[in-house]
Amino acid sequence: MKASVEKMEFAPGKWQTSVNVQDFVIKNITPYNGDASFLSGPSAKTTNLWNICKESLLKERANNGCLAIDVETISSINAFKPGYINKEDEVIVGLQTDQLLKRAMKPFGGIKLVESAVKERGLQVSDRVLDIFNYAKNHNEKVFDAYDKEIRDYRSKHILTGLPDNYARGRIIGDFRRVALYGIDQLIKFKREDHVKVDGEMNEHKVRLREEISAQISALQDMLIMAEDYGFDISQPAQNAKEAVQWVYFAYLAAVKEQDGAAMSLGNVSSFLDIYIDRDLKEGLITEDEAQELVDQFVMKLRMVRHLRPGAYDEIFGGDPTWVTECIGGMFNDGRTKVTKTSFRFLQTLYNLGASPEPNLTVLWSGDLPDGFKSFCAKVSIDTSSIQYENDDLMRTNRGSDDYGIACCVSHQEIGKSIQHFGARANLPKALLIALNGGREERGGALIMKDIPFINDEILDYDVVINAFKTSMKEVARVYAKSMYIIHYMHDKYYYERAQMALIDSDPHIDIAYGAAGISIIADSLSAIKYAKVKPIRDENGLTVDFNIEGDYPKFGNDDDRVDSIAQEITSFFINELRKHQAYKNATPTLSLLTITSNVMYGTNTGATPDGRKEGESFAPGANPMHGRDSSGAIASLNSVAKLSYNDAQDGISNTFSMIPKSLGDTREEQVTNLVNVLSGYFKQMAHHLNVNVLNRETLQDAYNHPENHPQLTIRVSGYAVNFVRLSRAHQLEVIARTFHEAM
Amino acid sequence: MYFPLQDIEAVKLNIDDPDHLRIHSLETFGTHDGPGIRMVVFVQGCQFRCLYCQNPDTLDVKGGSLVEIEELVQRAIRQKNYFGTTGGVTVSGGEPLLQRNKLIHFFKRLHEEGINTCLDTNGRLNNHQAQELFDNTDILLLDVKHINDEIHHKLTGLTNKNTLEVAAYRESTGKPMWLRYVLVPGWTDQPEYLEEWGQYFSNYKTVERVEIIPFHQLGSQKWELLKMPYSLKDTSAPTTESKEKALQIFNKYFKNVILK
Repeated sequence: MKASVEKMEFAPGKWQTSVNVQDFVIKNITPYNGDASFLSGPSAKTTNLWNICKESLLKERANNGCLAIDVETISSINAFKPGYINKEDEVIVGLQTDQLLKRAMKPFGGIKLVESAVKERGLQVSDRVLDIFNYAKNHNEKVFDAYDKEIRDYRSKHILTGLPDNYARGRIIGDFRRVALYGIDQLIKFKREDHVKVDGEMNEHKVRLREEISAQISALQDMLIMAEDYGFDISQPAQNAKEAVQWVYFAYLAAVKEQDGAAMSLGNVSSFLDIYIDRDLKEGLITEDEAQELVDQFVMKLRMVRHLRPGAYDEIFGGDPTWVTECIGGMFNDGRTKVTKTSFRFLQTLYNLGASPEPNLTVLWSGDLPDGFKSFCAKVSIDTSSIQYENDDLMRTNRGSDDYGIACCVSHQEIGKSIQHFGARANLPKALLIALNGGREERGGALIMKDIPFINDEILDYDVVINAFKTSMKEVARVYAKSMYIIHYMHDKYYYERAQMALIDSDPHIDIAYGAAGISIIADSLSAIKYAKVKPIRDENGLTVDFNIEGDYPKFGNDDDRVDSIAQEITSFFINELRKHQAYKNATPTLSLLTITSNVMYGTNTGATPDGRKEGESFAPGANPMHGRDSSGAIASLNSVAKLSYNDAQDGISNTFSMIPKSLGDTREEQVTNLVNVLSGYFKQMAHHLNVNVLNRETLQDAYNHPENHPQLTIRVSGYAVNFVRLSRAHQLEVIARTFHEAM
Repeated sequence: MYFPLQDIEAVKLNIDDPDHLRIHSLETFGTHDGPGIRMVVFVQGCQFRCLYCQNPDTLDVKGGSLVEIEELVQRAIRQKNYFGTTGGVTVSGGEPLLQRNKLIHFFKRLHEEGINTCLDTNGRLNNHQAQELFDNTDILLLDVKHINDEIHHKLTGLTNKNTLEVAAYRESTGKPMWLRYVLVPGWTDQPEYLEEWGQYFSNYKTVERVEIIPFHQLGSQKWELLKMPYSLKDTSAPTTESKEKALQIFNKYFKNVILK
């Protein structure tokens, strides 16, 4: 079989006889070790288009964050006619609907949610669509059919929160490169072969798989038609750079037309695309300006992806994110770098189009990355605060593959081979407070857990508390696992991601990605109980409403093992409890220490904690130390987080690091070098993730007061980036209150 | 302003508790006291009484807390990954020379661990022990607060003679040094003295870098908290013009001048 066109004369390999993009990349990549001096600015066409986009973005913001909604159409790959920004300037085409920034309804995730999202904008879902859902079933409704009282209680008391039961789970990354490398015809052929192979004695798994593969084939056929409407034939492999970018984008576009998962990530297409771009450049078919134009326009399209969300969604995922996460750089297992000139070109979009939260550009950091690339990354961070870093040396060795992407913020996924089922997160401080209240919720006193002994001590005893807390975490893990089983069972059944799954091996490995919020509060609370005197203040019903703390105690974020070890121990305990439970489709349990922006909402819903945090006060984001408690400077703070073991939290350990530009050094050159050294030092200790913000607090204050002056101000929150001005006021204040590291 | 009674205490500071440093605080992400990323140990105690002191809370030789030197070494080791090829440990203060004996031991230990050392000092002492410490210092950050001894005296409570001797000693060893200069309106911004300052060091071969540090009022609150009279309460930060002027003068004498 001839996988790609003869004209392009790619280096041969396994990729020609089976679907194996990784092999193609390894055989054909041209690593780049130079600096950024070759890069081009934006083309006139790009600038024209971006000006139109910026105007539409302003209108969108003026219209309360949503420009338009199509209330007549159920979105699917071919539900809409082609849409353009300005056709004659577009070298890469394709919009989710027929109009820029118009949002589409995807009601199979939950018709009620779509209804309320539409209603909040003063519109009405059409009668036809409503009537269809008098007959059709949807994910949200069916999950609640299967939930039991316990799950509902844990949910309503904010112990388990943000569960993907009233929105789509997302996180599944299709190998969008496959469409460019193989063309749709061959991909269908491979899927048909897979379908045939599922034979013999039937069981539930096999029947389901056969149904799924059929759905995937129909998605591939639909992609063909979608591209045809735009005037392209994607049945065959891409012939050149422009086609490669266009084919990859069509594949991604199909996914975001069908699905509105919380995070719809892109994977790692940049180094793959470089193979085509490099080839065309060498053959004189395109210039550097044109190469950059392709990347700029592709990225511009990714910035314009929108989903229809109800207002309440903003609490957990503030700022209307889409998580088009794209991984840049990293190393191969053979020791070569995956950095190409196109890695630089993707970062260059932050200059050519200005700073932006999307796509969520994620640099896979390795000590072995070329120096020129490291410096450019640091410079881009200092200038735009738009990129995040994840430890390639750690993930490559720990997870075994050098061909992976990041789903959402911090979640590893081997591309095309493995997926994850998103599990939102559990509120650990809430579990602690329930443990301190004999199984009752600290607010209102409802009995949530049996078998938790009542603690009546005047001064809390560490051993007593930790035993009760462990019992409570066991209970949380049990109920959490149960809820996840139901959610993913129903999601597969009623809102299956056929477009992404069509570009993933049939029957892939699955991680079930659990999460935990508030680890720094837990560490500090237990440390306070251990090293200071913590007296609970109980109300007339015996419920603990506050704490008196006498004396000082070691706090997480100061590189102090006495407390850092508590954070490690609790994380390890919780994932081990989760591992004891059955997961849907035999998925492997993983855990993230990540909050997105829900750290604010968790705070609102959680009573005072023994670390001195007041009722309602925000949690720290992700695995960050609590604001202002990391008082020994930034490196000590980083070192504390670096101690958390990736083995216990393979879905990611998020750390958001904010510093003022001056604290990085006196000159730009020093700032770049120092930031490179911060990243090198942090990741050398096998830390996992770092969001880097280089900003003055005054800039944020000004944007809070005068949003109109800062339309593109971008800030990294927990694992992603947002337009600061699109955050809610509460989220904006929380960001401003965070620790900004300033060297003394 | 000068507290002679503290002299006795100051001597004790150098001798008592040989395994412990009396420190004010620790900054693990220092980027302004020497090259690269540095762990900066702010030691407690100083005998200068600079009118513009930004850290008056580090002056009292009996304040701060005692920290085991080995603990600081271990902390520095845990930061080594961040140091790259340029960073390391800086001891600032307060005045490090007051604990010179202990710092010799500290710096030797750091060198054993392959960690670069900087000493940020006013150069008040140039005795044998101080010189041994300088010899164990990879880069000396020397604050020469004024070139005119009379004004230096008014400004700091003490003579600049020792400081200039330290500079001369450093030059004789051939090891690198950064000179630092705090620019205080009305006190240290006189063009003629800036010229003199520049001229004085212009032939020094060991001066790798000169830093002009503009005075600011961020320290005033500390003076208030300590209930100490702060005579520069009404002094404002130097104007851009005055900073540029100082930079221009120093640029005549040195290759690498940084305006902070």
